[in-house]
Amino acid sequence: MKRVTLFVGHYGSGKSNIAVNYALFLKRKGHGAALADIDVVNPYFRSADSKAELEKEGIRVIALPFANTNVDLPALPSEVYGLVERRDVCAVLDVGGDDRGALALGRFVPYILEENDYEMLFVANFYRPLTRTAEEALEVMREIEDAAGMRCTGIVNNSNLGAETTAREVEATANAAEELANLSGLPVVFTSFDAKLSPAPEVHDPFPLTLQKKII
Amino acid sequence: MENKVLMKGNEAIAEAAIRAGCRHYFGYPITPQTELAAYMAKRMPKIGGTFLQAESEIAAINMVYGVAATGRRVMTSSSSPGVSLKQEGISYIAGSDLPCLIVNVERGGPGLGGIQPSQSDYFQATKGGGHGDYHLIVLAPSSVQEMADMTSLAFDLAEKYRMPAMLLADGTVGQMMEPVVLPEEKNVEFTEKDWAVTGTKCARPHHIVNSLYLVPEELEQKNFERFERYAKIEETEARYESFMMDDAEYCIVAFGIAARVSKNAVLAARAEGIRVGLIRPITLWPFPKKALKDASEKVKGFLSVELSMGQMIEDVRLSIGCSKPVELVNRAGGMIMSPEEVVAGIRKLKEGEAK
Repeated sequence: MKRVTLFVGHYGSGKSNIAVNYALFLKRKGHGAALADIDVVNPYFRSADSKAELEKEGIRVIALPFANTNVDLPALPSEVYGLVERRDVCAVLDVGGDDRGALALGRFVPYILEENDYEMLFVANFYRPLTRTAEEALEVMREIEDAAGMRCTGIVNNSNLGAETTAREVEATANAAEELANLSGLPVVFTSFDAKLSPAPEVHDPFPLTLQKKII
Repeated sequence: MENKVLMKGNEAIAEAAIRAGCRHYFGYPITPQTELAAYMAKRMPKIGGTFLQAESEIAAINMVYGVAATGRRVMTSSSSPGVSLKQEGISYIAGSDLPCLIVNVERGGPGLGGIQPSQSDYFQATKGGGHGDYHLIVLAPSSVQEMADMTSLAFDLAEKYRMPAMLLADGTVGQMMEPVVLPEEKNVEFTEKDWAVTGTKCARPHHIVNSLYLVPEELEQKNFERFERYAKIEETEARYESFMMDDAEYCIVAFGIAARVSKNAVLAARAEGIRVGLIRPITLWPFPKKALKDASEKVKGFLSVELSMGQMIEDVRLSIGCSKPVELVNRAGGMIMSPEEVVAGIRKLKEGEAK
């Protein structure tokens, strides 16, 4: 485990969901944990939605000052610097979707690279229309890396069909994730799925998600 | 893997439009519909189509006017303030009897308003919006699957009746993600149309696309003809969904995201022993007047549930000739009502009727 974990990926791949669950996972393992929502792309569903739940667990949440209001202003709070500079807690960064979202990382990259204790995990959902195959996902990964000025270090397979997901849908994407691993030379760090799935998917690297976004 | 994909409503419209043979998209970014334009920007260059981010909404709608005149499938998309800017162009397209698709993923207004979901452009979409006597075919999707299916339908209807069609969605349906089965790719081969401006090659008389008439008698005649066509559409194309109406004593009328909240309210009210049903207009123009008129002969009252200060409620009252009480449950400015608020509205309607 590294001190800084960044979640990047195609927008709608589930980065925010993974980020809040990962922060909770770190905290429950006994680490000081903080989550920064630096998604400057999507003003609707975001990890700041889970702020109250995370703070109850003692996890610090840094969100855009105008998250969930009518102000569509992509300004990052200065506390994010504190998170990458101060090295006493584990930091989870929820980065915005695609290359455009990853651009916001730029100013923090020198600090992260200098400390050199990070993981940048590419979140993939092979049921998303523009990342149906390993090749397509790799293309998005490269665009994100170019925009961020950093290389990914691992893959998270978060393939799901929303409310219609069963174990079978998750298991069926193992090959695509493996292929992306081969193409990129990166390991699949874990396969995430809704903890309420019953039966749970049979995968060798499970990461059940206990916090879920609200859906109307 | 499944042939289902997990999509945002905005993306589903974009992919469905491509599969319906649309190869020309003109737009200008605005939250909460930007994913639609972003998707088009990624896909169109790969399939030999046109994606163009115009200098403004006004420019974009006039580019749509141009392509529509050639008989090709073309679309634009925006959100409330941007759709207001497009109104002049929409009136010209309607006045020139051309098909196209306009998508409005509504946000709270008036003015610059906010970026959260709303349904307060109902009047603008169904009663004209721009100047002159004209209508748009207006479809109201309430799920991501319907965003895809209705895109295809909107192109077909627009072409069939040679008029613009609008998909009137809201920020929630645009942004939410659901599993979708995408429609099959349609054969995009171009068929010659007897009105499209495609170059005469000196082999046929000119086709003229125009909304200017120098002789008032001619302009009047054009309006008469257009409204004969509208009358036929009102007769044959009204679509709606009926939910638990068989034994209903009260009828909720709601579309889009408000209809989803209302479905939950119907179930909750029935658990309390109040027999409620839902009529969900799928076409907002033509409005399903007959379905409401028929319902008014059975139910004791109506509840219009809207994300506006009460716009569709006027059409509900007109449809039933004000024969039964019609009450409103509404939120505005980007807020969404809870099923509990709708159930409270049903209780109030019931008590009021008992007096």
